[in-house]
Amino acid sequence: MISVENLSKQYGATTVVDGVSMVIERNSITVIVGTSGSGKSTLLRMINRLIEPTRGRVLIDGNDTTGEPAHLLRRRIGYVIQGHGLFPHRTVAENIATVPRLLGWDEARIRARVEELLAVFQLDQGAYAGAFPHQLSGGQQQRVGVARALAAEPAVLLMDEPFGALDPIIRAKAQDDLLDIQRRFGTTIVLVTHDMDEAFRLGDHVAVMSHGRLLQYDRPAVLLTHPADPFVSRMTGVSDRAMRLLSLTTAGEAALPGVSDGPAVAASASLREVLSELLWRGAESAAVMDADGTRRGYLTIAAILERGRPG
Amino acid sequence: MPGVAAILRFAALALLLAFLLMPQSFAPLFAPLTQYGAPPIYDQGNLLTLALAHLGLVCCAAAASTIVAVGLGIVVTRPSGAQFLPLSRTLVNIGQTFPPVAVLAVTVPLVGFGEKPTLIALFAYGLLPIFENTIVALQTCPPQVLEAASGMGMSARQRLLSVELPLALPLILEGIRLSLVINIGTATIGSTVAAKGLGEVIIAGLLSNNNAFILQGGLVTGLMAILLYDALAGLERRICRTAHLE
Ligand SMILES: Nc1ncnc2c1ncn2[C@@H]1O[C@H](COP(=O)(O)OP(=O)(O)OP(=O)(O)O)[C@@H](O)[C@H]1O
Ligand SMILES: [Mg+2]
Repeated sequence: MISVENLSKQYGATTVVDGVSMVIERNSITVIVGTSGSGKSTLLRMINRLIEPTRGRVLIDGNDTTGEPAHLLRRRIGYVIQGHGLFPHRTVAENIATVPRLLGWDEARIRARVEELLAVFQLDQGAYAGAFPHQLSGGQQQRVGVARALAAEPAVLLMDEPFGALDPIIRAKAQDDLLDIQRRFGTTIVLVTHDMDEAFRLGDHVAVMSHGRLLQYDRPAVLLTHPADPFVSRMTGVSDRAMRLLSLTTAGEAALPGVSDGPAVAASASLREVLSELLWRGAESAAVMDADGTRRGYLTIAAILERGRPG
Repeated sequence: MPGVAAILRFAALALLLAFLLMPQSFAPLFAPLTQYGAPPIYDQGNLLTLALAHLGLVCCAAAASTIVAVGLGIVVTRPSGAQFLPLSRTLVNIGQTFPPVAVLAVTVPLVGFGEKPTLIALFAYGLLPIFENTIVALQTCPPQVLEAASGMGMSARQRLLSVELPLALPLILEGIRLSLVINIGTATIGSTVAAKGLGEVIIAGLLSNNNAFILQGGLVTGLMAILLYDALAGLERRICRTAHLE
């Protein structure tokens, strides 16, 4: 758990982060959104003390982070930036091994961890372990950047626009991978993005910032149904908010007991996807199936539309 | 055209070695440049010994310049040393603009004749290219890479040693190469203060009005500079390739 308490950063007379307080739950993904210059990166970098706060403090699992030297703190916190920042003179394996080396792990343990991460990130050991960053595609470089940040099994991972430079297809894949990894390692992730779709797709909680202040910090659905500020509604988008809301619920969660002779849809599909499928097929209802092929229930267009309304 | 380059390189090296090892066999070539039966080949010392002494002097000076210029370059690119950048730059520039001959004139009364004043003059003259290249290299390290290094938990010292300096290496090596080559030529003035070197041959030629001597001194110095430049450039490419820095 990360507690941010009344955190502020001033440069001269300008306040770029202004009294932000928030509690980030363990094993969750928190996404920070906001306009350019709203202080997102500054807030993130005060968590690992790449920037020292002017006021306030950050506690990780109850311990004040100012109590230890900043570089030692950072070895316990993963950090991923846009454009990955891989070391160009080091191989993929050496890049991934950076923090374990700093921590003084023995070679066998480092090698095992690097192999494990290469497998997790679908980078073939033989082809990529000895490759240099410039020999990889943008998507692969980005994966190595995330693997490097996770190498020493940090409980917390900070990501600043990690997927900003990727094309939409690779980006969607990277987001899926991140969700997988979060489930697998139980990492607490704080991620900054400009992309609202990404925020809604990944975030268990979303924080909206403007001019250094935290306007709202809530579950994504609450941001849509009960925006605390007109700026929050503008940020989350007014024109397609009903569809956004539908995208936050899965067919499995909304399924009604009973059967349907309509098309089969996966329980993991979002209501938005199910609605689109039904419109496309000209059907009124769909059968919701689990991954193993058992029936979970059914959904009708009317039942889905019901869920696209606030309250 | 690596083929042509390799042939030229080999020819230059062969010519230099042949001349240094068997100077007398070149006598007929230089004879037309002499008058009144003066010796066509330098005969007041062993050319090979002089060439080696010359090279040794230049390398010693370059080693000292490298240590000081790289060290200073590192200090003034740290946040705590940034205030010394203008001052250091001025000092190093003076080292380059103050003529080496004038340095000799100033230092001889202090340290006496011989190698010492020459080393000091070459040291001061060779600082600038190494210093400037070190600074440019350290200031142009990709900011994302530096941020990642700090973000991973490297201390300032670890970041310098394992990220900044390796990335700066190609430019620093280039500075050392420039410094060495400039000083191969400059070192000939050392002979005016009795430092052993190829300047002796040229000065002997000037004193006895023997154009053959002057030409020999100049040619050997020039060939050495070209070959050294070439060899160091090759070494640099190899180091950068094995370290994947290009
Ligand atoms: N070292 C600094 N000195 C002065 N002002 C700074 C400094 N660093 C950042 N700022 C200012 O602080 C504000 C917030 O910067 P920050 O990088 O946190 O914004 P951001 O929300 O991450 O923006 P973006 O979405 O463009 O990345 C900006 O207006 C920026 O100009
Ligand atoms: Mg930013």
